[in-house]
Amino acid sequence: MATVIVVTSGKGGVGKTTTSASFATGLAQRGFRTAVIDFDVGLRNLDLIMGCERRVVYDFVNVINGEANLNQALIRDKRVENLYILPASQTRDKEALTKEGVEKVLNELKQSFEYVVCDSPAGIERGALMALYFADEALVVTNPEVSSVRDSDRILGILASRSRRAEQGDPPVKEHLVLSRYAPERADRGDMLSVEDVLEILGIPLLGVIPESQTVLQSSNAGVPVIMEDGSEAGAAYGDLVDRFLGKTLPHRFITTQKKGFLKRLFSGS
Amino acid sequence: MLLRSFPLAAEEAPPFELKGSLFTLTVLHLFQLDRAVIERHLVEKIKQAPAFFNNTPVVIDLEGVTGPADGVDFVGLYELLRGHGMVPVGIRNGGPKLQAAARLAGLPMLPESRPVAAARKSEAHEPIARSRTVNHPIRSGQQVYAAEGDLIVLGAVSAGAEIIADGNIHVYGALRGRALAGIKGDVEARIFCHSLEAELISIVGRYRISEQIEPADRGKAMQIYLAEDRLVLEPLIH
Ligand SMILES: Nc1ncnc2c1ncn2[C@@H]1O[C@H](COP(=O)(O)OP(=O)(O)O)[C@@H](O)[C@H]1O
Ligand SMILES: [Mg+2]
Repeated sequence: MATVIVVTSGKGGVGKTTTSASFATGLAQRGFRTAVIDFDVGLRNLDLIMGCERRVVYDFVNVINGEANLNQALIRDKRVENLYILPASQTRDKEALTKEGVEKVLNELKQSFEYVVCDSPAGIERGALMALYFADEALVVTNPEVSSVRDSDRILGILASRSRRAEQGDPPVKEHLVLSRYAPERADRGDMLSVEDVLEILGIPLLGVIPESQTVLQSSNAGVPVIMEDGSEAGAAYGDLVDRFLGKTLPHRFITTQKKGFLKRLFSGS
Repeated sequence: MLLRSFPLAAEEAPPFELKGSLFTLTVLHLFQLDRAVIERHLVEKIKQAPAFFNNTPVVIDLEGVTGPADGVDFVGLYELLRGHGMVPVGIRNGGPKLQAAARLAGLPMLPESRPVAAARKSEAHEPIARSRTVNHPIRSGQQVYAAEGDLIVLGAVSAGAEIIADGNIHVYGALRGRALAGIKGDVEARIFCHSLEAELISIVGRYRISEQIEPADRGKAMQIYLAEDRLVLEPLIH
């Protein structure tokens, strides 16, 4: 049976879409049939980050409304086998996401995929609620700052009380923490919360720490999920994250300050 | 007039009393009314469990009966069942025609049964002031209220969460949100927490906000109670 994973946070701009793109790509690279859905109706950008924005014909809302079937709307990734993208609609509003409609599409995807990744919009309104409602597991993306952690805490409360699993009394949604845009030197200086601070407040298992990195912006602009960028720290961190999700035990990298030598500073891309 | 023509002998003890009671009865769900077929299956059943068919009272449920409802012989059905160790006491469901036929055979219509759980509950003892235990963290935006008792939280209470109790509040994690104890006026109510980092603490409406909590008291295992109408904060471990 397929697993539905929501990538959520409450706050905007923390790296949900970046994480969804790399996570889905990483799962597919490891051989799992994976679909990633953009739930951000009206502000679609997953397709941009995945580099398939020029191949969008139909979207998620078209499928919900029966204006297109799933096969017509799913975009097959050109670089990675087993990877499909279901883009959001740019022109509809979030009310188009009905519970019945979303369930229908997810059920159909679950027939032919092993993982279905739901990229949630920010906020705690309909779009975000629909993205998390049917989830089996959740990647809660947080930045090391107080407001972001507070919003993630709020989302964890909603996962525990308003997801379908919660409503039906099934085992709870499995929670994973993704601490993104982490800059160890700023945490050391006390400008940012440290990994320990965030873990202490949220109290859920840490799946991965993604360092703050220039490469992320560059690769998003190029339409390449950063996990595909060889040699980038953020990409490597996402690779570890996917492996941990699939059950490997790996130490967390990029969470301590390294004294960079002169040469290293000259040549490091991130 | 009427009273006088049927006088009640006041001195005589009443010969009966009517009281409601609940019984567990076997329900015979009939799907068709052909007596020959019913009898054949009955004989089979009796072979399997002869002890069961010993003047066993049954209710006949007609919900699943298909076929014409005219000219049904309930008297015959009654006798068939009696003859095989069952005592029909009434019927349930079925259309108006079937119900009328049953009534003619002396089988009353039983009212819709209530769920057993509800019946049991009304008979159970009133719970005494109970505590409410929450064994998961209470997250920002959530509110938990323990009415008429204590609130026990086994995890942390996040900033932006609110916990309220008519009685005491115990938090076995960090208390980072708002905690209001004794909100119905119990001046004996107290707040206990593993680590005091609260946004607000209050007992019977007396409160302190985060700013008014001494830095020395923060992050410690503390209890908070009222003494002479003032909040007292005291370390739990000296
Ligand atoms: N690890 C990172 N380092 C640097 N910039 C990042 C990182 N992760 C995300 N960003 C940038 O942050 C912005 C918001 O990211 P995005 O994934 O769209 O967030 P969300 O989907 O949560 O709104 C983008 O400009 C993205 O390039
Ligand atoms: Mg996004």
